[in-house]
Amino acid sequence: MTVTTPPTRIAAASPRPAARRPNRMRAWATRAPLLPALIFMIVVTQLPFVATLVISFFDWNALYPDDRHFAGFANYSEVLSTPELRKSVWTTVLLTATVVLVSLVLGLLLALLLDRKFRGRAAVRTMLIAPFLLVPIAAALLWKHVLFNPEYGLFNGILHWIGGSGAAQPDWISEMPLMAVEASLIWQWTPFMTLILLAGLQSRDPQLIEAARVDGANDWQVFIHMTLPHIRRYIELSVLLGSIYIVQNFDAVYTITSGGLGTANLPYTIYQTFYQAHENGLASAAGVIVVIGSIILATFALRVVSSLFRAEVSR
Amino acid sequence: MTTLTTAAPRRLPFRGRFQGAALGVVAWLAGILFVLPILWMALTSFHSESDAATNPPSLAASLTLDGYREFFGAGGGAGPWPSLINSATASVASTLLTLLLALPAAYALSIRPVKKWTDVLFFFLSTKMLPLVAGLLPIYLFAKNTGLLDNIWALVILYTAMNLPIAVWMMQSFLAEVPVAIIEAAQIDGARLPTILWRVVAPIALPGIAATSLICFIFSWNELLFARVLTGVVAETAPVFLTGFITSQGLFLAKVCAASLVISLPVLAAGFAAQDKLVQGLSLGAVK
Repeated sequence: MTVTTPPTRIAAASPRPAARRPNRMRAWATRAPLLPALIFMIVVTQLPFVATLVISFFDWNALYPDDRHFAGFANYSEVLSTPELRKSVWTTVLLTATVVLVSLVLGLLLALLLDRKFRGRAAVRTMLIAPFLLVPIAAALLWKHVLFNPEYGLFNGILHWIGGSGAAQPDWISEMPLMAVEASLIWQWTPFMTLILLAGLQSRDPQLIEAARVDGANDWQVFIHMTLPHIRRYIELSVLLGSIYIVQNFDAVYTITSGGLGTANLPYTIYQTFYQAHENGLASAAGVIVVIGSIILATFALRVVSSLFRAEVSR
Repeated sequence: MTTLTTAAPRRLPFRGRFQGAALGVVAWLAGILFVLPILWMALTSFHSESDAATNPPSLAASLTLDGYREFFGAGGGAGPWPSLINSATASVASTLLTLLLALPAAYALSIRPVKKWTDVLFFFLSTKMLPLVAGLLPIYLFAKNTGLLDNIWALVILYTAMNLPIAVWMMQSFLAEVPVAIIEAAQIDGARLPTILWRVVAPIALPGIAATSLICFIFSWNELLFARVLTGVVAETAPVFLTGFITSQGLFLAKVCAASLVISLPVLAAGFAAQDKLVQGLSLGAVK
């Protein structure tokens, strides 16, 4: 990933001058409306992470509650040394990277197509959004049963139509399990990328592009020298947000392969480790690893969001 | 980018016009390709089970509502109504709670901003970026020890936390557009904060609030992992009901399609209604 945005200070200038006479009572009166939401968020989202962190240092299987004891970093070394768990770290990276990059490229192409004027543009836009508006597990069921099914799925039906009775009839999910999961996710996430990139394209200054054309720039030069630099931040944003959402994906893996055939990613593994294997300590250590990965992603994401945000505020 | 001459609109040469039309066709094809699986699912849901499971597919088979009847429990087994009602309860209640918490917070971050209001805003955003799955175990243990397991209100609380950052970000940007003069006038008239929020700010920011609620509703309705772990028999939500279709059960394609469509319908409706603000919600308010 090429995140080259310079480090930005998050504290941007306040759009409205702060209260003139900072009096303690008034400061609290200003803060009061904020507190319920702030306290709620800290209690519901931050405390569980602290608990996870603590549990991750214990050897604790819920089936043997009396045998709970402090284990130091044992869970972490187990997560990183057990082949299945280590593989799920790698699967998460592979799954996320593939889905994000393919969706990004498709999304950029579609956004460029949608940025042009043509008859029925609104209808095409609505059609493209539709996959994103299926309930994720419904979309996964659609791919698993209706499209991929080796006996009566649509894909093999189409192969049958094209190739006649001798056509190949692959069992998509068992032959290419990870690609099957990725295909369904790419289908659902391309619209997300398209929408963000389209917003980026439409925020360009049309006069500037017209001027470049008058100066003799062709389509490709306009794209490389004007469009791409302008939407760079939008590309970064869609990659980072897409990664953050897809790293956490559970529904597709759970539905299409039930984590089998080497498709178990970290969220699925965490679910399985504690919900089926009752290994609380181990699941927590895996959880902490996901958090660390997400913090790295989030640091970049926050930086991009903050630069877009400051551009908005100063507008 | 050297000059900014406002040139007369260029007349497209024939090649350019042809190219434009061709790209329009490509866009249409792409749109159809993306929506095709959904259309196919809709068609299959109206076929009989035996017509749904043919290879090659039977396009012109007669239409029937059997798949929907089966899904709604005509063939025995648990019907989907309790899970649909649970999903509606969890989504609507958590959306209302989210608005109740987000509106005052957004006020304190835009109209009468606290000091370091951007830091607070980014704190909310950062909580959205940490995977909730990492907090799953402690939340499960807490729910188990407090009797909140299989209780729909546990999901209401969690979905509120899941959506609050998005809601605060979106609302902050909508409220920032409310003119300060109106609020100051209301204050001079002696209105207190709840009155100002309810009578002055809310009506102006109403379209934004509506879009925010629709997006919160979608995310709550879709959620599977927490619902799967925290609910069982009583509080099962619609996505959890769909997990019953993960393993094949003989000829059941029409029923699966009917179920997936019916359960997606509220999200499709909300999504198309909020289409214009969808990007803003999904990008956590970063893109307008």
